[in-house]
Parts: sequence; structure tokens; C-alpha cells
Amino acid sequence: MAELIMDITLTVNGEPVSERVEARKTLVDFVRDDLGLTGSHVGCEHGVCGACTMRVDGEIVRGCLMLAVQCDGATVETIEGLSDQGEVADLQAAFEQRNALQCGFCTPGMVTAAQAILLQAKASGTVPSREEIREHISGNYCRCTGYHAIVDAVETVAKARAGAKA
Amino acid sequence: MKIVADSPPVLTALDRPNSYIGRAVPRPNLHRLTQGRGQYVSDVNLPRMAHVAFLRTPHAHARIVSIDTGAAKKSPGVIAVVTGAELAKVMTPWVGVLTHLKGLKSAQQYPIAVDRACWQGEAVCAVVAKSRAQAEDACELIDIAYEELPPVVDVELALDGQTPVIHAELGDNLCFERKLDVGEVDKALAGADAVVETTFMFGRHTGVTNEPRSIVADWNEGDRRLTVYQGTQAPHMMQNLFAKHLDLAEHQVRVLTKDVGGSFGIKVHCYADEMATVALAKLLKRPVKFVADRIESFVTDIHARDHRIKAKIGVTRDGTITAFEIDDLTGIGPYSVYPRTSGIEANQVVNLVGGPYTCPNYRAQTRVVFQNKNVMCQYRAVGHPIAVAVTEGLVELAAARIGMDPLELRRRNLFPDDGYPAQSASGLKFEQLSHHEALAHLDGMMNYAGLRAEQAELRKKGIYRGIGFASFIEVTNPSAAFYGVGGAKITSQDGATVKLDPQGTLTLQSGVTEQGQGTESVLAQVVATSFGISMDKVRIVLGDTDATPYGGGTWASRAAGIGGEAAWQAGKALRDNVLAVAGAMLQAKPEALDIRDGIVVDKANGAERLPLTELARVAYFRPDTLPPGFQAELVATRHYVPRGWPFAFTNGIQASYLEVDTDTGFVKLLRHWCVEDCGTIINPQLVNEQIRGGVVQGIGAALFEQCLYDERGQMMNGNMADYLVPMAGEMPDIDCGHVVSPTADSELGAKGAGEAGTAGAPACIMNAINDALRPLGAQPLTDMPFTPGKILRALGKV
Amino acid sequence: MKPAPFAYHKAASLADAIALLGQHSDARLLAGGQSLIATLNMRLSAPTLLIDINGIAGLAEIAVQDRAGKSFVEIGALVRHAQAERSDLIARHAPLIARAMPFIAHPAIRTRGTLGGSIAFADPAAEMPACLLALDGEVDAQGPDGKSTIKAADYFQGLYETALGSQDVLTGFRVPAADKDSRFGFAELARRHGDYAIVGLAASARAHGAGLADVRLAFFGVGNTPLRAEKSEAALAAGDIEAAVAALDLDPHDDIQATPEVKKHLAGVLLRRVAAQLMEAR
Ligand SMILES: Cc1cc2nc3c(=O)[nH]c(=O)nc-3n(C[C@H](O)[C@H](O)[C@H](O)COP(=O)(O)OP(=O)(O)OC[C@H]3O[C@@H](n4cnc5c(N)ncnc54)[C@H](O)[C@@H]3O)c2cc1C
Ligand code: FES
Ligand code: FES
Repeated sequence: MAELIMDITLTVNGEPVSERVEARKTLVDFVRDDLGLTGSHVGCEHGVCGACTMRVDGEIVRGCLMLAVQCDGATVETIEGLSDQGEVADLQAAFEQRNALQCGFCTPGMVTAAQAILLQAKASGTVPSREEIREHISGNYCRCTGYHAIVDAVETVAKARAGAKA
Repeated sequence: MKIVADSPPVLTALDRPNSYIGRAVPRPNLHRLTQGRGQYVSDVNLPRMAHVAFLRTPHAHARIVSIDTGAAKKSPGVIAVVTGAELAKVMTPWVGVLTHLKGLKSAQQYPIAVDRACWQGEAVCAVVAKSRAQAEDACELIDIAYEELPPVVDVELALDGQTPVIHAELGDNLCFERKLDVGEVDKALAGADAVVETTFMFGRHTGVTNEPRSIVADWNEGDRRLTVYQGTQAPHMMQNLFAKHLDLAEHQVRVLTKDVGGSFGIKVHCYADEMATVALAKLLKRPVKFVADRIESFVTDIHARDHRIKAKIGVTRDGTITAFEIDDLTGIGPYSVYPRTSGIEANQVVNLVGGPYTCPNYRAQTRVVFQNKNVMCQYRAVGHPIAVAVTEGLVELAAARIGMDPLELRRRNLFPDDGYPAQSASGLKFEQLSHHEALAHLDGMMNYAGLRAEQAELRKKGIYRGIGFASFIEVTNPSAAFYGVGGAKITSQDGATVKLDPQGTLTLQSGVTEQGQGTESVLAQVVATSFGISMDKVRIVLGDTDATPYGGGTWASRAAGIGGEAAWQAGKALRDNVLAVAGAMLQAKPEALDIRDGIVVDKANGAERLPLTELARVAYFRPDTLPPGFQAELVATRHYVPRGWPFAFTNGIQASYLEVDTDTGFVKLLRHWCVEDCGTIINPQLVNEQIRGGVVQGIGAALFEQCLYDERGQMMNGNMADYLVPMAGEMPDIDCGHVVSPTADSELGAKGAGEAGTAGAPACIMNAINDALRPLGAQPLTDMPFTPGKILRALGKV
Repeated sequence: MKPAPFAYHKAASLADAIALLGQHSDARLLAGGQSLIATLNMRLSAPTLLIDINGIAGLAEIAVQDRAGKSFVEIGALVRHAQAERSDLIARHAPLIARAMPFIAHPAIRTRGTLGGSIAFADPAAEMPACLLALDGEVDAQGPDGKSTIKAADYFQGLYETALGSQDVLTGFRVPAADKDSRFGFAELARRHGDYAIVGLAASARAHGAGLADVRLAFFGVGNTPLRAEKSEAALAAGDIEAAVAALDLDPHDDIQATPEVKKHLAGVLLRRVAAQLMEAR
């Protein structure tokens, strides 16, 4: 059935959610407007800034380039969920220590994106270089920091996690 | 005194026990931002809140012949469709002029265009609906008949007499003009061994704050009060403007500003869209939200920097700069922006060119013209990147011409470190700068000699690397000389109110604001230090015109220097008040006591006498036990405005090391350095991150960013895929160093640090590219941004 | 900036999707959505129905198969860029595609964007169409009249125009599997990492003694479609790189990034660089 408005059921940050949404509503607008999870931000709505980065079924995506209706049955994780799970606690602490955020608008997307490269590194038993970190976050716009501090924070955590494993 | 990167400065009067001044303490309250639990205006959601979308004109210049809103009004979810003429009945228009910029003129501007639209993107009608999507649906149903008018696009033609005049009532397209002629320029140029003359071009660019401009306005007919949630840098200024143009008393307006997703000067202006939103809330008696989307941000956020400058420098063979001369032309869109005006940037360029150098001969002219493009106004480092690029570009071209090392030429002309106070040719007054020490520090930090050797080695292999420098001065801590004297209700003073809470903690309210610079941290560090308590016991309240002392907000690098000093003084005043209470309780002389780490102690030996928790308990809940007639005063307010100097100038020098791929014209940034002197450093980490962020914004200007317009006044790259902002992959690591020359104008001695990075970086990049290409005989590049195409053209490859 | 209203249908099968395309002339297929949803958000297009093909089984496989005695890498339309990037099969048997992947957008886009979507969308500055052409691949489509296979050379027809019919679904594509004599080259110039290229070049060839044969150069960002440079291919096969550069006869448009002259010049630079890659042993 093709509908303008649809009912969807999904898991968001571990909680089951059932909502009625317009087909045209993007995932990021859905979590912000309908679920009140305003940690995922909207900076461009055309896929360039990365402020809306979140996880769907374990992979990072652009929340502005997916529709809420596409997430029927999916598992969605936003920065609020990642925070409460404690999964990125060390990364958040490193951002705070290193002042790797100023206005903080990019930060949820940046942390979520950075966590992906850290997980890859962990899986492959490597520590990403500064260049690799820069390349990985090259789709996340930060107007405030100039990126240096963000790279520092991610690098610090990458090394710490590698050390913790050894 | 020289400070290495990230180490705390040596302190003087500020060196209280447990001082936080000069320490890289992490900013308090960052958890909420790293966890996505901040509250940006785009997150605000109020009961009955409606959303506005604006229909914007597709033409650069057009008469609005008719507007048919019938179909739009019937569209699902629509609450109201309002035209400019209708809204003009709710809100009065404004004119963006200041009296101290003599002759500056502009035309009346309305919240929504009435009769005529003057740039592509100007709002011509508003739709208020239950959701933003529904408002946009209805915008598509509005039928407007336009009569296209010839647009004024090319600034070079704007004053030629043939080009149409945008606002007939103004007589011509000239907004502002200034001329300056100091010393004997013609003679000095004639006496020079070399005169270098070139034209610098600066691309129009814009701020692209990650969070677009956003506002929620709520008119409560019962209270007859307007509450506005706005991502602004200057809440009190906006309070004044909303009240003024809605014909309300200021106390009927409350402006609240919590988290702001980046500002950089973009959010310090009065925008027609925001004024319209506020007027709509009043008209409709309900909360109305406007969040600019990225596409409309590109055509309505202020643009900046579009300058064409013909420039000249004279230099003698021994490396004495004899004269500077500039002729500046800039187009600012159809209106001077309210209330700061669009004349300030050009005015700053005239003030700042040649600023670091002793050269006494200087001639300048600037003309600011109207055109049918989006408006231009103050954006981070206002005028500095332009003036620094012109000055430093000329200096390095002159050095190359006479065959002198570019640092050596600077050494011979920079104001000497022991020669202050001093005054520039344009009349800028310098209290104490440190150009030479900064230069020497940079030289060492970057291993200049080593890099030159590496550069020479690599050239033999066909690898072209360049080193470029930029010395700079920066205007910070502006006094009333900036805006107040011109008649704008933009305060240069700021206040801080600090109170001792019943549990012995502090709450500080301040008129400055936070958009990520670390204002909260600075204030907490300062007041914790001057009062004598640990930072975690200090709560900071900002961004609420009902709750904070009247203040200017955060712009022109003023928050730390001005807001910080007010907080410092307020903390001291409260300490005195609290020690009076302690004296009464302990039957001791208040002068013999001090507060350290939240405990009243004997000043002489630090012996603990009374914890603040106990003092506060008694003062608030058992005042009956205090001596008769004694009244505890547990709140103190202090204000501060710089009076000794109109501005606290800072100085510094940057360097860039980069590699040009001479086949492709691509530039790879290898490293960047900045040494800055912003006076007392309250928190070196915050200063360094301001610099780094600022440098990258400057790199954006030099290499990537430009608002491209076609000959019909249409912006061609108004989206984030085509307007290239700097991303992580191409940016270099940036090293920071410091020199400390405190201002004696305040006890704290802090100057501003927010704009230095942006001021110097474009010049550095330009000079480094030209340094790289010089052995290849390339024409010097002076037309920003330096795209691969321009570099290939300079190399004669295309 | 919100999309105009549309209806959404998650297709259960190819037949379902094809039937709906037949019933709604302004329906659009939704694959990764990384191009489509951005244009919807900006209201640059306003279809009334989106047919989501992500739930159709069997379109996300990568396999190596023999057809008529030759070995091919078969790639389903819904294989995501990230999946291709991580795929061993692609790394071993279609290394040109593996090399192109990191240049496409950014990690959070590659997790959704599909190879089929890239080829169906046919952006003139995109990597995948050029790889398909350089590899002499072919595209499988299915429509109301059944299945068809289209050679890369016939597939790209104009700016965002392909040989796919309006009711066709691109189901997958195949490229010849690499063997020990295969040579590949890839380079592109983009201002920022992940941006669409100003100019790019995907190339394949076969080692032939000390030289090269079957050289295929596919430029992107220089015309309405990815473009072969056949005269240059011949010159390269003859071992003369400078002649190959001189023989380039591209006629690029002006765009926001670069003038035609700049693009032409850069194409020559890339040709030298890619030629050097082709000459290197694999
Ligand atoms: C910031 C950003 C940067 C990007 N950079 C690049 C880049 O450098 N290089 C690059 O190549 N791409 C780039 N892209 C585009 C991205 O990679 C897209 O994923 C890709 O072009 C389209 O794939 P998709 O699966 O997302 O298709 P969709 O967006 O879902 O669809 C695109 C179009 O193709 C049609 N379509 C999709 N699948 C099929 C099918 N199986 N059969 C028939 N029609 C179909 C759709 O109907 C639609 O018209 C970028 C995107 C963004 C947001
Ligand atoms: S809002 Fe999604 S990428 Fe910018
Ligand atoms: S901290 Fe402001 S955009 Fe990154």
C-alpha cells in the first residue's frame, strides 16, 4: 500500500516506538520532532554537513537522507542512546578535555561518526593515523574548531582503546 | 614575556591562591553538548507553536505587481499568509545608518519587501502553518506577478552615472565614502627604490554557522509581553530593536539565548526574517518559529569581504617601507544592515592597513556601493583579513622585489616593542604590542631556517613548497567609540552580578553570551579566582534579558576582556561583602581575612576559620545571631567599560607552510603557526582553540569560499555542495604560541582573542603560495580564493 | 526545506516495483536515497510516489561467475558503496571499483548509497559510471517487457540520461573479472575529500609484452556522460604517453568548479598519472 501517512514500529535507543508519520518526513526530523530527541542536529538537509549523523542497524547514516518510514522495523541509535549506553563515554570525555567542541552543534554527529572509525580500528587491531581520522570525518562540518582538537581527541581515544585491549 | 604553547602565563596581581587564571581547565557544562542535550533555538518547541516559511523572490531586482494568496490560504495546516504591506502595519521599518560614519546613507527596509524586492532571496510573503512542511507547501501556491528591474551587479559600474540607482530617494548608489591622507605619500613613493603596485580581490563569502539562524517568538496577549528565543550574540540589542519597531516598552520584551550553534558575527545583526517572525507572533498572538534552512541561509545570512583594492607600497633598498596607498571599492547589497551598518568593514580596512608598521605615510580611499545582491555586513574579524592581506601581501611582494628575507623586512619596520604607547599612520592608538617578540617566537617555533633549507632541497626535485607570513594587529574590547557614539543602542559596557547562594555556592549573571567561545568558562574561572572558591561551585547564567545585567553580548572579541573584567570586579566586591559577614561572625577584622577554596581563612597564614556553607547558613537563616545593626549583603554587581583606550589592540604573526602541485594547481597545507599576544591569558586552551578555529575560517577564505553571482545577480552556489567550506581532510595541524602584554586598562589585563586567526590566515596562505611559485616566474596571486584554475593561470598552464 | 508530500511504497519484489512504475508516471525508485532524498528535500523534484526497492531480495549480492567461458564479477544494484569497499571479492576481482570507492562521498553516505543507484543516476562527475565504462561492463535491467542487458558503451546517453526505460529497474551490473594481465588506473581531482570530482579518470588495460593493449580510458566530470578517449587509448597502447595527452579531444563544459580550459588541462595531468599506474605491474 502506498500512503502519504504511515504507521511505523521501530526501536530507538533500545525503546520500542510506534508512531504515525508522514512519508515525506526524514529520519532526523522524526527523531527530533516526534520523539523529542533533539541531539541529532539539522545543518543542511542535503547530506553535506553531517550534523544529523546517527546509526541505523549499526551503521552510521545521514538522518536527513533517510525517511522515517524506511526505518520501520529498524534499530535506530542517536547520540542520546549512545550516551546513555556509555558506549562513547571515553570519546565524549576526550572531546571535553581537549575542548574539541565550541558551539557543540556538530558534536553529536562528530562523536557518532568518530565512533565508527574507532570500532573499525578496534576490529582490525589498528590505530588510525591523523590523516585517516581526518579522512573519516571529512563529511562532518565543524565551523568552530578548525578540526585540530577533534582529531586530537579521536586520536587519544584510539590509542587509549588500543592500549586497553593490549 | 614569551609563553610556549599551552603553558600557563606567569602572573602578577592576578596570582591569587588557587587561581584559575591562565589554566587550561576544561569548560564546565560541556556534557550537555557532547551528549546532545543542549538547547539550541532550533530545539525549542512551545505549545501552540506555528512555523513560518518565507516565499523569496527569485529576481535580483523586481517590482512586486501583485500577490495572490488565495490558494495558499486554503492549503492544509495554514494559519496565515501575510504580505509585506500587511506586516508593515504591525512593525515599523528601519534604516541602517550610524552618525559617526559621516555621510553614510541607506534606505528604509521592511521586515518583508513592500512593492519592490532588491535581492534574490529577499522575503516577499510569509506563510504561517502548523508545520514547516505545510508552510512550504503553501508557499508554492502563492502567485506573485513581478516586473523585473535591471539589477546593479558590478560594483565597478555602480557609480558610473549610467547604471540605474537602486533607491531613487538616495540620489546615487554610494552608501559611504572615506578618504585619508597622512604624511607625504607622493614624496615617499618617489623616494622609494621600489614601488610595488597590485590589485587585491577578496571573494564575497559568508559565515555558514552550523546551526542556521533561528528564532521562536511568543507574544502573550495576557501579559502583553513578547518572549523571544533567539540564537543571537546580542540579546539586549535585539530586545531594544524588537521593542522599538513593535512600539513596545523594552521591559515588555524578553530575549532568551541558550545554546547557539555558531555565530561568528552572522548572528549579531538584525535580520528582516527575524523581525518578521516577531511581528507575526504579535499579529497572530501565538508562538511562531523560524529556522532558516541552508538554502535560504546562503541568500539571507549576511555576506562579507567583497572588496577590490588597488594598493601600492614603497620601499627602499635597505628595507624601509616609505608609504602605503590603497583604493578600496566594495559592494554591500541593497541596504546597509541594521543597526551596525555596512560601512564598518570598509572603515576598518582604511584604519588597519599598514597598522603593524611605523611607516608614517599613508593614503586611503574607500567607496561602499549599493548593488542587488544579498546584504554584506560584519563577519568574524571585520575588515582585518582584508587589511592584513593587503598590507602583508604588499610587504612580501616588496621583500621579494628588493631581495630581502620577508621576516627581515618586517623586523626593520614593525613598531619596536619598547616604543609604546604608539600610534599608527591612520591614528590607531597602541598601548603595548609585541611584534618583535612574537616574530622571534614564531621563527623559533617553526624552525624557519630549517624549513627554508628543506624548501630549497625539494625545489631541486621539482617540489614547490612555500612559506608565507602575516603580522597583524586586531581590534578587541571596543569602547563606545565603535557603535555607541554613532547613536546605536549597542552597549559597550557590561555588567556582572554575583551572589552567594544559601549553600555557599556562587551564581553569576552576565550580559555577555556564549556561542562556544568558552565564555562560561572564562567567567567561572575569573569569578572563582577573584572571590576564592572552586569553579565547580559557580553557576553561570547568561542570555536572558530578564535575568542578566544589561550588556553588549559577545562580538568584536569583547566577552573575556570586558565581561571578564566585570565578573572579576563583581567577585572581588562580593568577597569584601562576605568577609564583612565573616568579620562580624568571627569578631575579626575583615581585612585580615580572605576566602580560599570556599573557606574563610586568616589572610596571613591561611588558617581555616569558617566554611562558606556555614557563613551562608547563618546569613540567610539565622541573621538574628549577627550583631545588631549588621546587614549582610550577599549580592554584588559591577560594570566595566574600557575607558583608557578606545580599543585594546592585540598583535601577532602567523606562518603557513604549504605545497603547490604545479601540474594541478592544488594546494596542500602542511602546517600552520600562530603566535598571538592577547594580554592576560585566562585559559590558554580556549585561546588556542579560538585561534585554530579562526585560522581555518581564514583558510576557507583564501582557498575555498566564495559566493558566486552571475551577471543577473543570481547566486549560483548557494548550497553546501557547491559553496566549499573547509572540511577536516584538507586542513593542517595548527601550532599556537603566545606573548603576554596585558592591558593596563583593566585589572585582569585580558584583551580579545576571537578573531586573530581569521585576520591573519588568508594573507599567510596567499604569501606562501606566491613564495612557492616565485621561482617559476608566476604572476603573484592576489585574487582570493586561490582556486586551482587561478594558480594554473598564474603558472601560464591554462 | 522539506519535501513536497509523496506516498511511499516498499516494494516486495521486482514485479511489484515494475508494476507500480507502470501505474504512476511520476513515481521514482528509492535506492540509497543519497542523491534522491537531497533533491526531494530541496524540492528540486516532487514525485507523488516513492517506490523503495531496498526490501527486494537478491539485489545486494556480489559474486564471481563464468559466462560463456569468461569470468565476471556480478554486482547487485543494491550493493552499498560501503559493502563494495569492504568486499574481498571486489578487491581481488574488480580492483578498479575498490580503488574508486573511498573517493565517493563520506562513510555515512557510503553505508546507504548503492552502486546501482550511482549507475542509474549517472551523474557525469561520478566515479562508478566511469568505472563501468572503463571496465567494459554491462548493465542488467528489468522492465514490463522483461529483462535486458545493456553494454556500458550504449548505456550512458546524455546528462543524467541512460538507456534505462522509465519503467525499468536496474537490477545489477557485471564487469570482467581481473586476471594477472589486467592493469588498472584511477585518479581524480576534487577540491575536498569526498566531493564530486572536477575531473577524474578510470582506466583499464591489459599487459601486452612490455607494453599495453586494450586500453580503455573513461574520463568523468568533463562531459554529459563518462567519456572514452579513444585516440589517447591508441597512443597509450603504442607506448607514447605524451602523444596520448596530445590526442585528448575532450570538450568539457564550464561549471562552478572550473573552466573548460582548466578541466582539459587537468585531464591531461590525470592521463599522465594514470598512464604511469597502468604501466606499473599490478
Ligand atoms: C555529500 C554527498 C557527496 C556525494 N559525493 C559523491 C561522489 O563523490 N561521487 C558519487 O558518485 N556520488 C556521490 N554522492 C552521491 C551518492 O553516492 C549517491 O548514493 C549515488 O549517486 C546514488 O545512489 P543511491 O543509491 O543513493 O540512489 P538514490 O538517491 O536512491 O537514487 C538516485 C536516482 O537513481 C534512481 N535509481 C536508484 N536505483 C535505481 C535502480 N536500481 N534502478 C533504476 N533507477 C534507480 C532513483 O530513482 C533516483 O532517480 C554524494 C552524495 C552526497 C550526499
Ligand atoms: S543535515 Fe544531514 S548532512 Fe546536513
Ligand atoms: S563546535 Fe561549532 S560546529 Fe563544531
